[in-house]
Amino acid sequence: MNELFSLLLSGITVGFIYALVGMGFTVIYNSSGIINFSQGEFVMAGGMSAVFLLKTGMPFGLVFILSIAITALLGILLWKLIDISKEKSIISMIILTLGYSIFLRGLAAVIFDKELHTLPSFVGNGSFEIFGAVLTYQSLLIMVVSIIIVISLHLFFSKTKTGKAMVATSDNVNSAKLMGINIKRILMLNFALSAMIAAIGGILLAPITSTNYEIGIMLGLKGFSAAVIGGLSQPFGAVVGGLVLGILESLVAGYISSEYKDAVAFIALLGILFFMPGGIFSNLKAKRV
Amino acid sequence: MFKKIIKFLLFIGLLTFGTVFINAAGVIKIGAIVASTGPASFIGSPELKTLKLYVKKINNKGGVLGKKIQLIYYDTGANPRKAVSFAKRLIFEDKVVAIIGPSTTGETMAIIPFVQRAKIPLVSMGGGISIIKPVKKYVFKIVATDRMACKKLMGYMKKEGITKIAMISGSGGFGKSMRKQCKEVAPNYGIKILADETYGKKDTDMTSQLIKIKNTKGIQAVLNPGFGQGPAIVTKNYRQLKIPYPLFESHGVASKKYIEIAGKAANGVILVSPPVVVANKLSNANPLKKVCMDYTKEYKNAYHSDIASFGGHAYDSLYAIVDAIKKEHSINPQKIRDGLESLKNFVGIDGVVNMSKTNHLGLDTKTGLVLLRIKNGDWSIIK
Repeated sequence: MNELFSLLLSGITVGFIYALVGMGFTVIYNSSGIINFSQGEFVMAGGMSAVFLLKTGMPFGLVFILSIAITALLGILLWKLIDISKEKSIISMIILTLGYSIFLRGLAAVIFDKELHTLPSFVGNGSFEIFGAVLTYQSLLIMVVSIIIVISLHLFFSKTKTGKAMVATSDNVNSAKLMGINIKRILMLNFALSAMIAAIGGILLAPITSTNYEIGIMLGLKGFSAAVIGGLSQPFGAVVGGLVLGILESLVAGYISSEYKDAVAFIALLGILFFMPGGIFSNLKAKRV
Repeated sequence: MFKKIIKFLLFIGLLTFGTVFINAAGVIKIGAIVASTGPASFIGSPELKTLKLYVKKINNKGGVLGKKIQLIYYDTGANPRKAVSFAKRLIFEDKVVAIIGPSTTGETMAIIPFVQRAKIPLVSMGGGISIIKPVKKYVFKIVATDRMACKKLMGYMKKEGITKIAMISGSGGFGKSMRKQCKEVAPNYGIKILADETYGKKDTDMTSQLIKIKNTKGIQAVLNPGFGQGPAIVTKNYRQLKIPYPLFESHGVASKKYIEIAGKAANGVILVSPPVVVANKLSNANPLKKVCMDYTKEYKNAYHSDIASFGGHAYDSLYAIVDAIKKEHSINPQKIRDGLESLKNFVGIDGVVNMSKTNHLGLDTKTGLVLLRIKNGDWSIIK
């Protein structure tokens, strides 16, 4: 019983990490239909910028804001690249994001280095003990921030004018245009927003997972899986998807064998794609957002 | 037209003459195959830097037997196929007298058939035991094997009365190989492995595996063979779960980076390490102290960065070849091979080397590795 609870809690902790990365995928997919494969690299960029800015002796608050701003610029740059490319099919845009991810990885290796880095935990190294299972403050912070981001995204999309414009763009580009919505500006904002979420994730994750120039590969893959399981279209879905993935991995590692952990997670992903291509919420909601 | 042909022939003639001339002046061509970029660059890059630094130093002091050393090196990016083609190029085109490298075990195994056939001595920098076991006539190495690391750790466990352990290993090449070796030598020390978990190279959380280990009855210690970020995360998770047993780490984490990433969680960890990492803490009676200290200083002066223990492999390989040349008074590959095989009491960075017909490793567990305990973010040597 105690073991089960510990494993579940560990799964939830990891699940929120995947969720935090996965949310970024949904934001871009939502408005443009593009799966942004450089999402993991945005996470890396946020974490690595923070590590190196902090070394210059800046106060942490400023480092936090600057890292997010840098990553947002990278997001905007990606959008500009997509915008100026002549080929407008979704598949070529997705390939472009893939290329951009390799570019960012290389850039990080050159500008920063190939070493591992970590950030100090901003809420201290302490932990709670719940029924014999352990939850660190930093993990708790990740959970709280993930939930705050989901709620703010929901409010942003349903209450603000810009948010509504994004939803409108995702629903029907042409009628959105006719309504006087500046599509390009909206999409650019969207890429920036997604990159910012990724950067927050990168900074929050660094104390737990540590970071280096290629940490984005694995995080991006797991985040993508989380987003797909959740249906790719809602940030909330990504959270549920991340939790499903994390708990599944943890239980497999705990009860079967850690060798099969990743395999089972990806089999679950394939299963979802085969039998519920719209994600686990496909029966409840057909509409995006 | 005719003039052009004459010019061309003259040019060719000059070229050939030039090369002959340079050869006559006496250069010792030593080849190096290193993975200075790519996934093993953390190993290959310090190796190449070390080779360049010390070839220059040897040449500035007048070279060997009055001849300068010419280092011809190629970067494989840790790709065994490239290693093979570079080995061929070194043997047949560059005509080197000896080869240093490659950096990894996989690459070394790939080129062994070629050096054996061409009868060129090879001093590998790979860690695996398969390189020199069984003994191959032209293949040597002066790098502690993972088997030696297992022996050192388990010898200590036995002394402390630990007989039941759990293992949690990285699934990368390093962790996989060491896990296998440790499982093989464990019975020799009366140690039973009650739990045997693994984690992926890029996993971000090992709590689940550790919970399983924590709940396994009878365990007295946990051993974590692994490299890179994995062991640091294992260490953090280990402390978060408040697992009460001592944690043993491999030589894969014998760097300041590990302590930096794992932070306070690293305190109390016991690990094996090549002696050079703790050069300034070695006792003055230790024959390695001087060479390790000098290396640490010279490397830092030249590159303004701290040493990585891998660089020592390159230093030892280079000087072993130089010693063999000096001893045999010849740069004939066959003679160099003989010289390497009869190397005795050679003091390198990785240990005191004694080669023989049946032992092409020449390092022993005693000098080749030291046991360390991490205290307040620093190492202290366990006597």
